[in-house]
Amino acid sequence: MTAFKSLSAAMVKGFLRDKMALFFAFLFPLMFLVVFGLLFGDAGGDKTKIAVVGEGPVVTALDQTGVLEFEKFDNPDQARQKVNDGDLPAAVVVGDGRVDLTFAASDQVKAQTVVGIVSGVVDKLNVAATNTPPAFEFAAKPVEDASLKPIQYLTPGILSWAVAISGVFGSALTLVSWRKKQVLRRIRLAPVGPTAVLSSRVLVSVGTALLQGLVFVAVALTPPFGLKLTGQWWLAIPLLILGTMAFFAIGMLVGAFCKTEEAASGAANLITMPMAFLSGTFFPVESTPPWLQAVSNAFPLRHMNDGMLDVLVRGKGAEALLLPSAVLIGFTLVVGFIAAKVFRWED
Amino acid sequence: MEVADIRKHYGDLKAVDGVSFTVAEGEFFGILGPNGAGKTTTLEIVEGLREPDSGSVTLLGAQPWPRNAKLLPRIGVQLQASSFFEKLTAREQLETFGSLYGVPPAKATEMLELVGLSDKANVPENKLSGGQRQRLSIACALVHDPDLVFLDEPTAALDPQARRNLWDVLRAIQERGKTIVYTTHYLDEAEILCDRVAIMDKGRILAMDTPAKLIRGLDAPTRVSLERGSLTVAEAEAFQGVDHVQEDETSLTISTREPAPVLSALAERGALDGLQVRTATLEDVFLNLTGREYRA
Ligand SMILES: Nc1ncnc2c1ncn2[C@@H]1O[C@H](COP(=O)(O)OP(=O)(O)OP(=O)(O)O)[C@@H](O)[C@H]1O
Ligand SMILES: [Mg+2]
Repeated sequence: MTAFKSLSAAMVKGFLRDKMALFFAFLFPLMFLVVFGLLFGDAGGDKTKIAVVGEGPVVTALDQTGVLEFEKFDNPDQARQKVNDGDLPAAVVVGDGRVDLTFAASDQVKAQTVVGIVSGVVDKLNVAATNTPPAFEFAAKPVEDASLKPIQYLTPGILSWAVAISGVFGSALTLVSWRKKQVLRRIRLAPVGPTAVLSSRVLVSVGTALLQGLVFVAVALTPPFGLKLTGQWWLAIPLLILGTMAFFAIGMLVGAFCKTEEAASGAANLITMPMAFLSGTFFPVESTPPWLQAVSNAFPLRHMNDGMLDVLVRGKGAEALLLPSAVLIGFTLVVGFIAAKVFRWED
Repeated sequence: MEVADIRKHYGDLKAVDGVSFTVAEGEFFGILGPNGAGKTTTLEIVEGLREPDSGSVTLLGAQPWPRNAKLLPRIGVQLQASSFFEKLTAREQLETFGSLYGVPPAKATEMLELVGLSDKANVPENKLSGGQRQRLSIACALVHDPDLVFLDEPTAALDPQARRNLWDVLRAIQERGKTIVYTTHYLDEAEILCDRVAIMDKGRILAMDTPAKLIRGLDAPTRVSLERGSLTVAEAEAFQGVDHVQEDETSLTISTREPAPVLSALAERGALDGLQVRTATLEDVFLNLTGREYRA
């Protein structure tokens, strides 16, 4: 066995036998995925519920838009009462050749959405009824998956975050404990170069990241969460690898400065936690103030997250990898260089 | 192996203050001294783990500092604090360290047997006892069959039985033609094992020779003690070759440089109750050199 292979094997065994490491790499982020996924996962949150009276092609067409949910009523007064009470934003009453829409002016945004949808549907049916081709062909295509459920951004976000955690913690803790336990000095007395040692540790981290990707996406794809992958999911693989390298470099830097495992995990937490919140792990970056979005550009996690969203749920192709990859590689080189400069074999 | 006037200072502290010695091939060389004498620092400079402030080291015809990858496969090192990979079993530790030197995994079995840990092969390193861990650490230093072995206090924390077993291991290694340099606190042990010893204190070598010569150089008397009452002081003083007789509450002690006639005189009288013969040891050498009692 070569030194590279056996060192990798030693590290894999160490990792698999370390319950805490396994917990933080897999179970801990998965808990967030499950909790947030189920909490916000109900598709009803995205659909607007309206009162509907009657049947016919208009109702069918409204249903097909996929953004409305119906509460059926038998008589129009009952339906309008619901709107008056503020329980529902609008009521659609379909009669013979007539569609009446009542909406609550208090909820402008929702009401306008419903008005737009209903008038659009009615217009389209009117045009179809005249049997003449429409003067203007209208084509609309959503950027994100139509359902836009939270699981769609939670999965890439939490996956990137998990990779960040295991990358930073993995390299920092290995470095500190190997230095403390004199394993580094002992390895230095053996005829193996630092490259073999370093690359075997990177390999283990990359393997962990790929496994995390597999597990998290598999869980998110199950019915309770209902993740829909679009585009070429395998484009996530280069991102997982490059992200791991960047976080590994950060971990090496942390490990170089910290003398004990406790200090190292404290410092690693201090780095990964704020980075996760500001980089769109738990909520989309787009929903934060512009200055925060600007700040988040400084974090590798933000770029990894962007790339992940693009290739996993926004259906983008390889071109979406360019910017995130460039940032992650740059980050790895710069931080890695500094880490190599401050590296110590012993305390 | 040749060490010429190496020095290492930590601030004002002279951890190693001009140490020179040579070790011949196949020799078993011991460095003795109390805590903080500078043994570990000396050893680590020789191994190439530390850079000396001044002085030079030549191992097997090459310089160990800066890190010399050609030399490394020929030396085996056990560090004072044992160094192991996390969460690996005894066998896996040996396999991993072995692989760093290109040694096939099968060698692990042989090494476990050598240090008497075959039944602990699958026990995680952190579940071994202190002494077992020490033995494993030595096995890890020997796994690639080095020509030159450095052991820093290999027998610390071992029970008497394990210590004796380890002596056998060390002797067996020496018989295979290896050169061993080791440090210890146990002067009695060094006396038994080493071809030559260097006695160190405060960063300097105070004396260096074979244990027998060091002790003989002392010209210290042999002390024969008996149970009190088996002989009077006057009777004892009448024996041939007696230098001095002393009596306390429990025993009578005769100092002599000619123990043979004294012992036969005692045997003739049948006065052998509680007989103890104590010759000078390296401890007396240390006492003589430093004016201090040796405390390990
Ligand atoms: N890295 C260091 N920085 C500062 N002082 C040091 C360092 N290493 C050793 N020393 C000091 O150098 C002196 C010699 O230490 P060394 O470890 O060589 O002693 P030793 O003979 O091996 O002792 P022991 O029997 O306790 O192992 C000690 O006083 C120690 O405090
Ligand atoms: Mg020491």
